[in-house]
Amino acid sequence: MSIEIFIQQLLNGISLGSLYSLIAIGYTMVYGILALINFAHGDIFMIGAYIAFFAVAIYALPWWLAAILTIILTACVGMLIERVAYRPLRDEPRISLLITAVGVAFFIENLAIVTLGARPKGFPVPAMMATNFDIYGFRISGVSIWVPILTICLLAGLLYIIYRTKIGMAMRAVAKDIEATRLMGVNVDRVIMYTFAIGSGLAAAGGMMWASKYPQIQPLMGMYPGWKAFTAAVVGGIGNITGAMIGGLIIGVVEIMTVAFFPTLSGFRDAFVFAILIIFLLVKPTGLMGEPLKEKV
Amino acid sequence: MKQRTHLLLSIASIVLLVAIIWWADGNLNAYYTRIANTAAIYIVAAVSYNLINGTVGALSLGPNGFMALGGYTIALLMLPVMQKQMVFFLEPLIWPFSEFSLPPSLYLVGLIISGIVAAIGAFLIGWPCLRLKGDYLAIATFGFGEIIFVLANNMLFLTNGALGIKGLPELTNLWWSWGMAAATIFLIKNIVNSSYGRAMRAVRDNEVAAEAMGINVTRIKMLAFVTSGFFGGISGALMVMLISTISPTLFMFTMTFNLLIIVVLGGLGSITGAAVTAVLFSVLQEVLRTVESPLNLGFIQWPGIPGMRMVVFSILLILMMLFYRRGLFGSWEFSWEWLLSKLRRKEVPQCQQQTNK
Repeated sequence: MSIEIFIQQLLNGISLGSLYSLIAIGYTMVYGILALINFAHGDIFMIGAYIAFFAVAIYALPWWLAAILTIILTACVGMLIERVAYRPLRDEPRISLLITAVGVAFFIENLAIVTLGARPKGFPVPAMMATNFDIYGFRISGVSIWVPILTICLLAGLLYIIYRTKIGMAMRAVAKDIEATRLMGVNVDRVIMYTFAIGSGLAAAGGMMWASKYPQIQPLMGMYPGWKAFTAAVVGGIGNITGAMIGGLIIGVVEIMTVAFFPTLSGFRDAFVFAILIIFLLVKPTGLMGEPLKEKV
Repeated sequence: MKQRTHLLLSIASIVLLVAIIWWADGNLNAYYTRIANTAAIYIVAAVSYNLINGTVGALSLGPNGFMALGGYTIALLMLPVMQKQMVFFLEPLIWPFSEFSLPPSLYLVGLIISGIVAAIGAFLIGWPCLRLKGDYLAIATFGFGEIIFVLANNMLFLTNGALGIKGLPELTNLWWSWGMAAATIFLIKNIVNSSYGRAMRAVRDNEVAAEAMGINVTRIKMLAFVTSGFFGGISGALMVMLISTISPTLFMFTMTFNLLIIVVLGGLGSITGAAVTAVLFSVLQEVLRTVESPLNLGFIQWPGIPGMRMVVFSILLILMMLFYRRGLFGSWEFSWEWLLSKLRRKEVPQCQQQTNK
């Protein structure tokens, strides 16, 4: 393998990994607060891609406006799901919440199939993403450059919100202990809602960039990325935001690199991620950055 | 005296079942026979799935994976050797399977081997997940179901890839499917009523407390999961031998979702509920087929929306979870005692009722 192809593949892996990171953060934030695997998160990612598609391809909005609108609308969808399906069950046994999450995921997927059609649609890739770069003779696609940069900007904003603002402080408090936080006079319901909004907004950004990288969108596009992003969250240590970022990068690079080095195994690329999940659950279930779980009795 | 009445009633009901199958085997047309077979297979799948989801309370999303394991195993075992060479024209089948196949008379052996293979799969998935607190089982089993799909598509030397394996002998008939359904209900009912079953319910209600009482939580969960996998594999095998073909798309996540609907609708943890709703579901699925095809009632033109069934089912699942979590049967189980006391118009003994959490 020449050095040029290696670097191209590495950048490809990093940009894919950034996208996994963006989705994984939504999983890990919700899990940190509610101990719920939000199965619908991958489908929220799909909704984001479709909203952007309609905004740009059908209503012909400029890209910057469409992107902002997509993130806001998808965040609203996330909050709506939380309000309607998850909040009434918050004090019920966890299995009820999980089954509801599976139901919501399946509902979104099938509603999308019924209303939007199962056939893939071509995504209007923004010009910025479509141009290729020539750096020192290396030919690098715009997606591979812009996706990591935009991801870093979004993550910096996220870390600012979580560690420097009042709502971020409330989120960290809720993750530590819901009851104590409520006793401190924090409106826990609103904090959980904002958590869903932020997670969904990041998923929407991920969805738009994913659709720019693989310019076809279809109703089931969220399933595999969602599942892999969850694996990334486990690898990084579920509940830990920095861990989710690192886990996403690891999953993305490993996936691309195994396919690059062993092209004959490319059909099995999804199985590698599964193997990583099982290995981590066996060897280090708390993930790379996670703290050992304490049992709450 | 009581024991003897119950035994007699059980024997009578088995005789009745045999008589009904005897009659149905000769008199039902192919379409109704197919529905009756499917219903029985759904009973096997749903009752075993209920063991891990309802009785132990750990969400598994991988029954489709276990059914696929069982299905591919039985296909490789029962397909005649001559046929194997014809089917596997892309890549030859690997050695041990290419040389032998079981005769149809050993169908039961094939079914049990399929169950064992699926149970081994369940053990391998359960080993890393069930030791951990938290819902890792859900995500790992979900991944497992998808990975089986990926492997089935790519391991041409074992599964013939996306083309699947065709031309299997149609060995599943009403005797096999309903016999297996009865056997599954009987065995799982006995497990649930044994000390293991009580340990399972203790784990469901409070894991920490159960552990403090000296229950080995991991072992109990594993027992339930492997048993569930075993019968899941058998149901997959029955289904494959009913439709006489298998391809990777047969056991997709939709299958798991159907089973989830069945156990939630029947009441998580109720064997009776799982069995009755399994039958209802397989009938309902046929009825709702009309919703998806165009319909002309003269005054109403229904265009027919493909995929609408799954939307309806998922809305149903969400509404059930939000407003009617106990399901149709709650944790109620059918028993002869209940039936007799109903007939004598006496009050049902209340002591057996448990809280369903």
